[in-house]
Amino acid sequence: MNGPSLLQENVGVLKSRMGTFYPGSHVVFRGHDLHTELNDMDWVELYMFGVTGRRFSKEQLRLMHSIWTYTSYPDVRLWNNRVAALAGSSRSTGTLGMAAALAVSEASIYGRGIDMRAYDFLHRTRRQVEAGGDLLECIRLELDERRSVAGYGRPLVNGDERNRHMLALAKSLGLDQGHYLRLAMRIEETMLGNRLRMKMNYAGLVAALMADIGFSPKEYYLYSFPAFLAGMSPCFIEASERPEGTLYPIPCTDILYEGESKRTWPK
Amino acid sequence: MSDEKKPHAIRTRIWREEAESDNPFATRAAYCNGYDVYGEMLGHARWVDMLYLLFRNEAPTASQADMLDSLALALANPGPRDASVHAAMCGGACRSTAASSLMAALAVGAGQLAGGREVFLAMEGWALCGADIGAWQQRLSGLTEIPGSIWPSPEHPPGFDPHGVSTATTVKQTLSCLAGFGVGTCLPWLQNNLSAMEAAAGRPLALSGVAAAAFADLGFTPEQGEILHLLLRLPGAAAHALEQRPLGYKNFPFGTVELVEESGKERT
Repeated sequence: MNGPSLLQENVGVLKSRMGTFYPGSHVVFRGHDLHTELNDMDWVELYMFGVTGRRFSKEQLRLMHSIWTYTSYPDVRLWNNRVAALAGSSRSTGTLGMAAALAVSEASIYGRGIDMRAYDFLHRTRRQVEAGGDLLECIRLELDERRSVAGYGRPLVNGDERNRHMLALAKSLGLDQGHYLRLAMRIEETMLGNRLRMKMNYAGLVAALMADIGFSPKEYYLYSFPAFLAGMSPCFIEASERPEGTLYPIPCTDILYEGESKRTWPK
Repeated sequence: MSDEKKPHAIRTRIWREEAESDNPFATRAAYCNGYDVYGEMLGHARWVDMLYLLFRNEAPTASQADMLDSLALALANPGPRDASVHAAMCGGACRSTAASSLMAALAVGAGQLAGGREVFLAMEGWALCGADIGAWQQRLSGLTEIPGSIWPSPEHPPGFDPHGVSTATTVKQTLSCLAGFGVGTCLPWLQNNLSAMEAAAGRPLALSGVAAAAFADLGFTPEQGEILHLLLRLPGAAAHALEQRPLGYKNFPFGTVELVEESGKERT
C-alpha cells in the first residue's frame, strides 16, 4: 500500500507499540504499567528504556548518568548555554531558552553533530580494521574526506579535562575493556605517533563507551540529547537575576563592519 | 573566534550602526549592505527587497523582487493539514507560548518531508545537475545517505511528493506563475521537463521542489534556501496557532492510539 491509500489508512489512528494513557486509569509505557511496574526506575533508566526498550545494569546506568554530569558546564560563554542565558537576560521563559539551547546543541563542531560523526567513524573504522584495513590509512582517509576526525581534537584547546575522570569511572565500573574503547585509544596513539596532533576528546571517548554498551546510532543520538541540560539552567537563572539586557551588551562601535560602503537606495 | 584588538566585536558584512551621541547603545542610523534602512529604505523598499538584500548583499531587480514576493505568498500558509502547522496548532490549542508554536513549526518544518532540509537537498541537485536531464535521472534514481549525519536517511527524492499520484494543481500553478517572471533558468527548464523529472523520481513534483528551483533562480545557496523556506512558511503556522487558542483543546482533534504488542521480548 502506498500513496493516498497509505495516508487514508492512518487518518486519525495510530497503531503504537510504545504506549498510551487511559485517563483516570493507567499508563502503558512500552508494554508496562508506568505507575506499578516501572515506578522504581530512576529517570535516566526510564528514559533509556523508552529509547531502547532494553534494561541496563547498574554500572551501565551509572556511566550514562555520569557522562551527562561530567559535561554539564554552567559557563555562559559556551554557545548553547549563552542562548539560555540570553533568554533570561531578555526576560523570556526558561523553557523557551533551554529548549532553544538544547536545539542549538545539535551543532557541527560540538554536541550532537560531532557525536554522530564520532560514533559513525568508530563503527566504520572497526569494520575496516577487522577486514584487514590499516588503521593509519583509515585515519588519513577520514582526514582527506572530512578534514577532521570526529572525536579527536577540540575547538578551543587540544586535550579534554573530562576524559581522565570518565576513564577512571569506567575503570571502576569495569566498563573500560570494550572493543570500541580499545580501538579509540589505538586511534589516538596512531595519530599522535604520526604527527597528527589531535588527542581524543570527550565526544570520542563517550562514543566508544556507549558503542561498547551496544547502542545503535539512533539510540546513541537520543541518549545524548539532554547531555548539556544541567549546565544551562544556572546560566539562565543568573542572567535572569541580573538587570535586564546586561548579558554581553554590544555597543554600536563593537559591530565590526566589513561590507559595502554607504550607498543610495534606488527609489 | 574574535578580533584580537576588539575581542567583543562582532564581524559582519551585512549591518553597520551609528550610535546616538548620548548613548553608544542607541542607534542613530543603521545600514544594511550600505543602504540607510530607516533614513532611505523605510517607506520606499518592500519587505522582499530587504529580505533579498540581507541574504544576497545586493538590492534585487524588479523582477527578482516580484518573484520573491510571489514565492513568499505561495509558501506563507502550508495549511492546517501540514505537519509543521499541525505542530504550531498543538501549541495554540493548549495556549502554549507564542514562540513555542513557532519553534514547533520550525522543528517539524525543518525536515526532509516538505521541510527546510528537503529544499536544501533539492537545491544541491540544482547545483550539481542544472539543466542536464541525464544527471537528474542518475541523481533521482538513488537516495544519497550521509554517514554519521544527524538527519535520518532520506526516504524519497527531495522535491517530490512521496504520497502523490499526479502533480497537484497548486504545485502546477506555482510553477507556472514563478517561471513566468523570467528570473533564472531552473524554473522554466523544470516546467519544460516536468514529465521527464517526475518519471525519473517516480513521483509527482512537490511544492518544496518548486521552491528549491525558485530559490536557485534567485541566486540563493542551498543553506540560504533552506533557512528562507523555514522563515517563509511561518506566517500560516502563526495564524493557525492563534486561531486555535480560543477554540481550545476540546475542539482540536486528539486522535486515537491503538496499542499493539511489542514485536520482540525485552532484551536485557
